[in-house]
Amino acid sequence: MNTEAAPVSPDLPPVFADWFSARGWAPRRHQLDLLAAREKGASVLLIAPTGAGKTLAGFLPSLIEIHTRGYKPATERPESPLRELMAAGDTRAALEAMREARKRPSRLHTLYVSPLKALAVDIARNLETPIAEMGLDIRVETRTGDTASARRQRQKSDPPDILLTTPEQIALLIASKEAEELFASLKTVVLDELHALVTSKRGDLLALGLARLRALSSNLRTVGLSATVADPDALRRYLVPQPREGEVLADLVMADPGAKPDVSILASDERVPWSGHTTRYAIPDIYRLISENNLTLVFVNTRSQAEMTFQELWAVNDDALPIALHHGSLDVGQRRKVEAAMAVGSLRAVVCTSTLDLGIDWGDVDQVIHVGAPKGASRLAQRIGRANHRINEPSRAVLVPSNRFEVMECRAAVAALAEGAQDTPPLMPGSLDVLCQHILGCAVGAPFDADDLFCEVASAAPYAHLNRETFDRALEFVATGGYALRAYERHARIRKRNDGKWRVANPRVAQTYRLNVGTIVEEAMLKVRLVKAGSRTPRGGMWLGEIEEWFVSQMEPGDTFIFAGHVLSLVGIRETEVYVSKTVSRDPKIPSYMGGKFPLSTYLAERVRDMVAEPKQWKLMGAQVAEWLRLQSLRSVNPGRDQLLVETFPRAGRHYLVCYPFDGRLCHQTLGMLLTRRLERMGARPMGFVASEYALAVWGLGDLSLLIDTGRLSLADLFDEDMLGDDLEAWLDESSLFKRTFRTCATIAGLIERRHPGKEKTGRQMTVSSDLIYDVLRTHEPNHILMQATRNDARTGQLDIGRLGAMLSRTRGRIVHKALDRVSPLAVPVLLDIGREFIAGEANEELLAEAADDLIREAMET
Amino acid sequence: MTLAAARKSQEQDPAATGMLDLRGEALQVDPSGVVWWPDERLLIVADLHLEKGASLASRGALIPPYDTAATLARLGEAILRLRPARVIALGDSFHDEKVSTTLPEGLRQQLRGLMAGTEWVWIAGNHDPLPPADIGGDFTAELGLGPLLLRHEPQPGRARGEVSGHLHPAASVTVRGRSLRRRCAACDGERMILPAFGAYTGGLNLRDDAFRGLFDPARLNAYMLGARTIHRVSGRRIGYTG
Repeated sequence: MNTEAAPVSPDLPPVFADWFSARGWAPRRHQLDLLAAREKGASVLLIAPTGAGKTLAGFLPSLIEIHTRGYKPATERPESPLRELMAAGDTRAALEAMREARKRPSRLHTLYVSPLKALAVDIARNLETPIAEMGLDIRVETRTGDTASARRQRQKSDPPDILLTTPEQIALLIASKEAEELFASLKTVVLDELHALVTSKRGDLLALGLARLRALSSNLRTVGLSATVADPDALRRYLVPQPREGEVLADLVMADPGAKPDVSILASDERVPWSGHTTRYAIPDIYRLISENNLTLVFVNTRSQAEMTFQELWAVNDDALPIALHHGSLDVGQRRKVEAAMAVGSLRAVVCTSTLDLGIDWGDVDQVIHVGAPKGASRLAQRIGRANHRINEPSRAVLVPSNRFEVMECRAAVAALAEGAQDTPPLMPGSLDVLCQHILGCAVGAPFDADDLFCEVASAAPYAHLNRETFDRALEFVATGGYALRAYERHARIRKRNDGKWRVANPRVAQTYRLNVGTIVEEAMLKVRLVKAGSRTPRGGMWLGEIEEWFVSQMEPGDTFIFAGHVLSLVGIRETEVYVSKTVSRDPKIPSYMGGKFPLSTYLAERVRDMVAEPKQWKLMGAQVAEWLRLQSLRSVNPGRDQLLVETFPRAGRHYLVCYPFDGRLCHQTLGMLLTRRLERMGARPMGFVASEYALAVWGLGDLSLLIDTGRLSLADLFDEDMLGDDLEAWLDESSLFKRTFRTCATIAGLIERRHPGKEKTGRQMTVSSDLIYDVLRTHEPNHILMQATRNDARTGQLDIGRLGAMLSRTRGRIVHKALDRVSPLAVPVLLDIGREFIAGEANEELLAEAADDLIREAMET
Repeated sequence: MTLAAARKSQEQDPAATGMLDLRGEALQVDPSGVVWWPDERLLIVADLHLEKGASLASRGALIPPYDTAATLARLGEAILRLRPARVIALGDSFHDEKVSTTLPEGLRQQLRGLMAGTEWVWIAGNHDPLPPADIGGDFTAELGLGPLLLRHEPQPGRARGEVSGHLHPAASVTVRGRSLRRRCAACDGERMILPAFGAYTGGLNLRDDAFRGLFDPARLNAYMLGARTIHRVSGRRIGYTG
């Protein structure tokens, strides 16, 4: 809200107009535009920066509509005669009164959907104020996974006017038998942080939920609230039903962009490291910046970086500034404490991950420090927006690169911010596993006709291109598993009855559905408990938080790691709990997931390639980086913007091939897997590889320079796009990443059940691991719909195959080869990563043999 | 040493061949997951869990129905290669009691084909305590063979010469910072527990409480199933403490 003295719109009902003018406020232009959209009955997308009063803009039309709709509020209705009639023994009249009460129209008017539970709760609090001040008879409630079941039940029979909730809860409500009655009165759905929702499977689930809601209530209007995105039209399509041919867009309202942020890159006197992500060198500078401001958010990319940065800051915290830590693995209670402390202004800094990315207003942040690579311009802009929730003042941010490549990336991001360039990821077609889950949910709610449901599903933008054959396969999967070998007809979960409608076969199916709804499949997490060092049979202990099972499974008792701000030593694992003790060790074995989870955006990657190619830009990045790039041009060459530089050189008895696609670690990792397979076939005897965000290094025993020189190895063939054919298929066989993707798809689709806390020990006989199912399915039915879903995910997700394809076609015919006699300056960072990374691919068998060899040596020595 | 000699010596390396000594009898763990007793021309296989998929489907989990065919195909391959005179199925051969009557005809034929020409013994398991109907083969709760006693479930404490299944042993080792897990046979020279063979059978880490007190930690070896060979790893290395 601002204090500009604009004339009050005549559209506002008096109580609203009075409220605004009593505060000396006027509605903003975009807030009025949203009111106009309501008048038209149009769905609308509002794009506004943080601090623009986005939420009130989204709710204002609903508040006015509810206020003026003439619904007689409960307080004005005569007291229910039921009790008196019962007391008087007039059962017939009492039953009549009960029937009457049941006919009472549902008052649910607006659904608000946010990606975060906490956001829904926060918004409810913020709405209460204007509602109370205007004395409106409007009931607002939240409904999340934390809401007590009695309250949830009551919300179905006696809903509030405005219900604030999450995509999962909408799926659950749709699958309830009250859905039809509940949503009959629904007029508006407000979708907050839409940019964050739509790029995930939750966005697919919500899109399907919206399609269902449109069928349940007539003239439903949607209001999308979003940060600035690269392609607003994709979000506008998402908000309205799509026809079979062509496309329809929701209206678009753009708020004023607000002041440009004031962003700089940390100018440190220290040496910027060649590689790594610890940013240790900059800790004193970061500490100084914190001490010069009131409240600083220190954003980092991963939990482990958060732990590390927090630890290092406290090591230099001579003034004992209140610096806190906030990330997703920490115990919820601990996080709430930090949030509360922020809100009351008793903290000076919070080191955090993406858990503080989204719009909850926790206090007067006056500075954002972004440690590590920004990864994407839009993402950085949103994080920086956290530094000031007053739109007319610039946000202040300092970027801290953790290595030399990141200096370039930071520079590229600053330039992109200055131009207002956006690089949010494109929307993907809807996932098939989510479709399967939705089909089952629909059947749980009410019997459906397959033709109708298909039309409804295809009206959701992510599924606009879904064909009927695929839909029918999803339906078959939900019914009987969808196997060519039709073995499970008699165990069907849903069945087509005589009236042609599909129904749930038995109540247990509905129960299982409710327990498994949602698209977030957590990594198996273990509880971390703090016990005394050296305890032989640890039990109890303070709960510190949760940690990924795969991470712990790599450790031996006695290994040390950083967690919850402490250096901890692993004592042991028992069932679903990890016991740790505090240790004095100063050199912990830190988590291995050092790189960011977010890949470098294609947009920033392009800018970085430009900077490397253009010597005039080098000096912008500071003397150290400029000198490094100058040396590179002397010893080797700096690749042009669309070229792919491939260097080969010998080092310490091995031969290396290093290439620089600048396309993100996931893409490079996939490239590495495929290149080593090909090099193997070409006789180059590769032994391993390591991928960074910028480069890929492969090493082996064969003299690669010689092989290329003598024409026995063609780089054009090596980097040919056809590697995405058979080689990819063959590799997927063994890829544990692919199996993990399959597990997620199988869980979302409802093939395997989620692991629920405390239920892990239901016994190994009762469940089958997804890896085993994958092996069987791959051999016997490789084209099953879940295999298709997994392949689709791999394309965009953890394997980034789509991006690899784009890179290979971009650089075709533009490979520059340099045979060197030693490592080049540009290659140093990625070679330093060797040893921190696992050896990939097929090495498992050899490692096992090595474990056996140890034993042989032991035997021979005695 | 010539290359051929080196290869030969590697093949004979007990750590890679899966040869072991159990109460004086020479047994061999096969990478397929069966155990081979050459002197007796006897093949032992544990925990086939046939029709586990169908059984779970009847309880609502519609996992792919191909597990029985896959399990029988792998067993058939081992039988064809080793040509046993006798096959002992160590219990939990059928995932539930009904299977021997509900087994689809095609799979029944496939199973009978494997049984033809060998002497076949079904040992009772907790999933299949009764003899299978209409399939053939002998049925018994336990089978003594020389110094060895074959049964489904290992008895608590130390048991001399016992060969069993039931627990689905698996082992994980950490090599160069990477944790690797495989199904395995476990043997300390006194008793042996076989890995589960069925396509849908998982593994239970030897460190689990269920294995406590069953083996002499100083003499235990895990015979981890590799792609083509067996990887013998000591009990100490996999963290078995007794």
